[in-house]
Amino acid sequence: MKIVSLSGIIGYGYTEEGLKNALKQKIDIIGSDGGSSDPGPYYLGSGKSFTERNAVKRDLELALPEAIKRNIPFIVGTAGGAGGEPHLKWAREIYEEVAREQRLNFKMALIHCEIDKDYLKNKLREGKIKSFGNNPPLTEKDIEESIRIVGQIGVDPFINALKNGAQVILAGRACDTAIFASSAIKAGYEPGLAYHMAKIIECGAMCTIPLSASDVMVAEINKDNFILEPPNSLRKCTVERVAAHTLYEQVNPYYIYEPDGIVDLRKSEFKQLTDRSVKVSGSKFIAGDKKTIKIEGVKLAGYRTISICGVRDMLMIKDIKKILEDVKVKVEENLGNRVSSNDYSIIFRKYGIDAVEGEIEVLKDLPHEVGIVVDVVGKTQEIANVVCSITRANLLHFDYSGRKATAGNIAFPYSPSDIPVGPVYNFNIYHLVEVEDLSETSKIEFVEVGT
Amino acid sequence: MDNLIDLASILRSKNAGPLNVTFDIIFSDKETFNRVKNSKIINKKLISELYKVDEEDIFILEFGVVNAIKITIPRKLTSGDIRDTDIYGCQQHGPLLTIKIP
Repeated sequence: MKIVSLSGIIGYGYTEEGLKNALKQKIDIIGSDGGSSDPGPYYLGSGKSFTERNAVKRDLELALPEAIKRNIPFIVGTAGGAGGEPHLKWAREIYEEVAREQRLNFKMALIHCEIDKDYLKNKLREGKIKSFGNNPPLTEKDIEESIRIVGQIGVDPFINALKNGAQVILAGRACDTAIFASSAIKAGYEPGLAYHMAKIIECGAMCTIPLSASDVMVAEINKDNFILEPPNSLRKCTVERVAAHTLYEQVNPYYIYEPDGIVDLRKSEFKQLTDRSVKVSGSKFIAGDKKTIKIEGVKLAGYRTISICGVRDMLMIKDIKKILEDVKVKVEENLGNRVSSNDYSIIFRKYGIDAVEGEIEVLKDLPHEVGIVVDVVGKTQEIANVVCSITRANLLHFDYSGRKATAGNIAFPYSPSDIPVGPVYNFNIYHLVEVEDLSETSKIEFVEVGT
Repeated sequence: MDNLIDLASILRSKNAGPLNVTFDIIFSDKETFNRVKNSKIINKKLISELYKVDEEDIFILEFGVVNAIKITIPRKLTSGDIRDTDIYGCQQHGPLLTIKIP
């Protein structure tokens, strides 16, 4: 069985050459991941995608007609970047538009992955929700406060959709591996090999030289092994790259955790087959005694306004930590009774000093220039705007001790100087739910597209 | 003494989910990997000092197939927290750049 991964994330692009060469082979499944939690909580909270509509459409326009024409199932998971209801709706409209424009007809399974709050509260009361590591235990308040909660589905709902004749599957939040492993597991291949193969190709051609998350990857799964060979002749797979990709974003490279068990990679072997292909064998699946679904939820943290500026004056830079603390005090005085200090937070991000590493920064030499992001989060957008404007004005004119540049302390690259960013969200749920049935957190809806 | 960064062919950090950050240090040959491994310089005590996390929360593992050392620590702030400085966690390897190997 041969499985194509179009791109690291649909909308990140792929080469036409990669797709063309892949389709010269007998392909059984075309899939792509559609999202990630990496870009942070904003997208799940706001219902927006971090991928661009036109870019997603381009990636569909080339591959979807080829899949339909050849009767190859086309599978995308974590639709719309975060896999909630608005994301699924957004992605569905793009599929329907492409179908209309290219006169395609197909049966599509939409897998809804948002989780009902009452269902979770019941699970919580039954003691079926667990934390990861040091994450605090989930509370009913967390569930109440959450704006949107999704559950990462495994292979089961995908297999159900395939069994019911779906030509296209568009799923909400899903394990990356489930997109590519489901058809192989359904066909009876060793789940350990299927999951391991899926884990490597879900990022597109990230396991090749030169690596790219924006190109097509092909894997062939067999009874005792799987073979990886990039279809784009520019690239090749090496043992080092493939094994290194097994490490990527994983806590432990010897195990892959799936909703229905773990994949043990301790006996996995990686062999260079040709100079462009690698054969992997020995990966074993161990069924878990409990079935679990990972859930993600976000709550509103406030509204943000930022101002970007730079400091070039060494007299200021040498005391910048204290100066910025003093500015915060001034701002609080200025705001007086108008805005309570409980309703906003001010963060000065000092690029050039410690903005990236924070307190763990090991290099203490001061630079000659510091970039500052004045970062204000308020209870409302109005509060964030007013606090940012007062902070920016105080920072500009603050009369610190030893000051000689009395005309102004900061250089603004922009007018207007303040940028309202909008709502800010936090992940407040990142837990595991024990389930009886791995399909119970999701719902499949079948629709006929194009007729 | 050599700098770890000069010996490694890949030295990177990245989120492993929004609660953890994981570091991959990969060497291009077995000899260099063994030299770093046998030096025992990269251990929980060092990582605890560099990243200000408790030793019991640190996970260090060698992955011989690709001559790699893997370190995972909990993030101080969940990815995307209003005070977070690195949403993807891909620029948290700075402190590892100071490590020297005999």
